[in-house]
Amino acid sequence: MNDFLLFAAGFILLTVAAGLFRVLRGPGDADRMMAAQLLGTGGIASLLLIASATTVAGVEDVALGLALLAAFASVAFVNGVATDDEQPQEAGGK
Amino acid sequence: MNFALDLFSIAAIAAGAFFFFAGSVGLLRFPDSLTRLHALSKADNLGLGLVVLGLLPRVGSLLDALKLLAIWALVLLSGAASAQLIGRALRRRGGDE
Repeated sequence: MNDFLLFAAGFILLTVAAGLFRVLRGPGDADRMMAAQLLGTGGIASLLLIASATTVAGVEDVALGLALLAAFASVAFVNGVATDDEQPQEAGGK
Repeated sequence: MNFALDLFSIAAIAAGAFFFFAGSVGLLRFPDSLTRLHALSKADNLGLGLVVLGLLPRVGSLLDALKLLAIWALVLLSGAASAQLIGRALRRRGGDE
């Protein structure tokens, strides 16, 4: 059972690595941001699987921290994009 | 009983991994930014949700189960919010370049 969990964690990381290819090829910066968010969530999923498979302490807390920080990356990106567009005030006002 | 729980875990985690795979393939193959956003948020919420569902019966104490659900709820909320924000940013910039 444990090796199935580790296999699933490895598989998820592989799919996320394939998804990261979008960062290289992505036409817009929004696509690069999506790949980064997928990396965050894939990282959380594999961390949780590893936490359940091994007896290493604190891995779930790392996943919790990553869950917190992954959201900030997207928000920072959106704020960055919105301010340098044609309606900086309107975006800032909301 | 224990075997049934393991079977359930394997099935749920396999389904979660499949959704991650489908989301990544969608992120790579879809022609348009907004459709990629759709594929990405599916992979996020469903993939992680099924993995957490699969891990729940294996967890030691109730506190660990609550921690797993808290992680999933946090990612659910932040994923949905950031997907909306990215969609708005795409919409504002004339979207699908």
